[in-house]
Amino acid sequence: MSQALTTAHSVVAPSVLSKRIAGAIVILYALVSMIPLAWILMTGFKTPPDSIAYPPKIVFAPSLEGYCNLFTTRTRQTQEYIQSLGPPQTICDEITRKRDMVIAGPSNYVPRFWNSLVIAFGSTFCAVSLGVLSAYAFSRFRIPLADDLLFFILSTRMMPPIAVAIPIYLMYRKLGLSDTALGMILLYTAVNVSLAVWLLKGFIDEIPREYEEAAMIDGYTRLHAFFKVVLPQAATGIAATAIFCLIFAWNEYAFAVLLTSGEAQTAPPFIPTIIGEGGMDWPAVGAGTTLFLVPLLVFTVLLRKHLLRGITFGAVRK
Amino acid sequence: MGRIAAPARTRRIRGLSDKAIAWAFIAPTMVLLLAINIFPLIWTIYLSFTNYQANRPNRPITYVGTKWYRDILGSPDVWAAMQATAHFVFWTILLQTLIGFGLAYLIDRKFRGHAFWTTIILVPMMLSPAVVGNFWKFLYQPQIGLFNSIVSFFTGIEPSSFEMLGSVSLSPWSIIIVDTWMWTPYVMLICLAGLRSIPDYIYEAAEVDRASLWRQFWSITLPMALPFIMLAVLFRGIENFKMFDMVNLLTGGGPGSTTEVASITLKREAFEKWRTGYSSAFAIILFVAVFGLANIYVKALNRVKQR
Repeated sequence: MSQALTTAHSVVAPSVLSKRIAGAIVILYALVSMIPLAWILMTGFKTPPDSIAYPPKIVFAPSLEGYCNLFTTRTRQTQEYIQSLGPPQTICDEITRKRDMVIAGPSNYVPRFWNSLVIAFGSTFCAVSLGVLSAYAFSRFRIPLADDLLFFILSTRMMPPIAVAIPIYLMYRKLGLSDTALGMILLYTAVNVSLAVWLLKGFIDEIPREYEEAAMIDGYTRLHAFFKVVLPQAATGIAATAIFCLIFAWNEYAFAVLLTSGEAQTAPPFIPTIIGEGGMDWPAVGAGTTLFLVPLLVFTVLLRKHLLRGITFGAVRK
Repeated sequence: MGRIAAPARTRRIRGLSDKAIAWAFIAPTMVLLLAINIFPLIWTIYLSFTNYQANRPNRPITYVGTKWYRDILGSPDVWAAMQATAHFVFWTILLQTLIGFGLAYLIDRKFRGHAFWTTIILVPMMLSPAVVGNFWKFLYQPQIGLFNSIVSFFTGIEPSSFEMLGSVSLSPWSIIIVDTWMWTPYVMLICLAGLRSIPDYIYEAAEVDRASLWRQFWSITLPMALPFIMLAVLFRGIENFKMFDMVNLLTGGGPGSTTEVASITLKREAFEKWRTGYSSAFAIILFVAVFGLANIYVKALNRVKQR
């Protein structure tokens, strides 16, 4: 039956030719959409003059100057002074000295990157912990006005971040939470908890109630059953939810740029401020961007199967 | 025997009632949301009726009534910002839906390696809009930027003859291009789920009836995928209405105020001019707008789903 239907006009069993054409167009789109990312990667390995060459250089001699500049601050020195120094200690010393400069110290990239890690992991842990408790309650118990409460939780995510930032800014100033990692963790937890509740409710709904009921007949209390039966069953869902929360906190910019300036500043507001002598240091920006994006590429591959669920707040489950 | 007796005792002593557990589990989330979302929202409403300025905390606060609301609704700058936002939202959604649905339709042909290429296509949407938006500024540089060179390669226009970020006519498109690049995969993914939800037997029946591919598309594919398309439009619409990070880094609202979408205006009023009262009123208006539009849209979505 389905053999007979293999024609160009079939959606169910498309012909070989139509498959090939579809494949070619999709692959072309994929490759074109990768160009900006390839350019980021390449720029990180260019020298500053190569990065601003006209026409843009596709073939170039790779250099670590961008990465050296990303991690260090440099000062311009006279030839005599540089020659009076001992032999260069590291490859970055050597590259920097060729530009008549010496390394003055580490840049802020590592502390900012560290802040991003602490805030992202801290807020994810809190959001998922709160989320899994609420999700379980919404999934298993009769809660008055449950639908309204769930909608309320979701609606907090609809507010424009700048609108929320105004009172948060004032509140944090009063409480001494401005520019602190704790303040940012609290804020990102509040934003992410809505996603966590919605996603986890979907995952927990899929675990049969009979599992807990059987455990409770065996003498477990409700709490025991939750920790010993439901949580392990929901492990995949919890992991997927955690990665979504991590990605949000990792990428977040609006709150970070308005509420942090020094101590607790994360990488996204920091990277655009990397400047060299006379304008943006694009190789350093490329290097910083590359390192910042690598974890996200890993996450994308890990999340493949749950992506759809995550981006639609659990509305679409495949 | 003892195994049965023990739990009854434990339950009496240690087991909390389900009701207590339910509230204990929900309370922390609610408290956090009340503290970080609702309390600030109420504070914003209060501030929107005052002349408070965050950079002058010691100045006595006076009530100004609905002055800010009247100012905002009568201000040509605000309407210009709303227009810039509408332009941005309209074109990004149109392009993303067309390209995203098209891609999903092609991927649904299940050519060899489709799963791998789908994952590749999804990468841009996972990246930080701020960090990547910042890098697009480099791609858009006249002369040295890759974007101008590629356009020049295909059209023969001098790469230095146009500025994507600096010109009044092109800058709105510069942000639309980046947003479309970034979020088309999102729409594609949701549309793909929609297409895959259509059972094969419907198409098989149509093929038995010798319905043309064109006819099948309009009477089966599109109507059945419509709730999914609308869901994607809803999510993108809300997100782009709030758009801040990518635009702030790419154009910062410029040149002049050509790409000054609502969030950028709000940031300028609140954190550059420090008109806290005014910007609070503006924030409330934006929130009501997002919320209202989303509600209307969800109702429409439900109606489509029920059909």
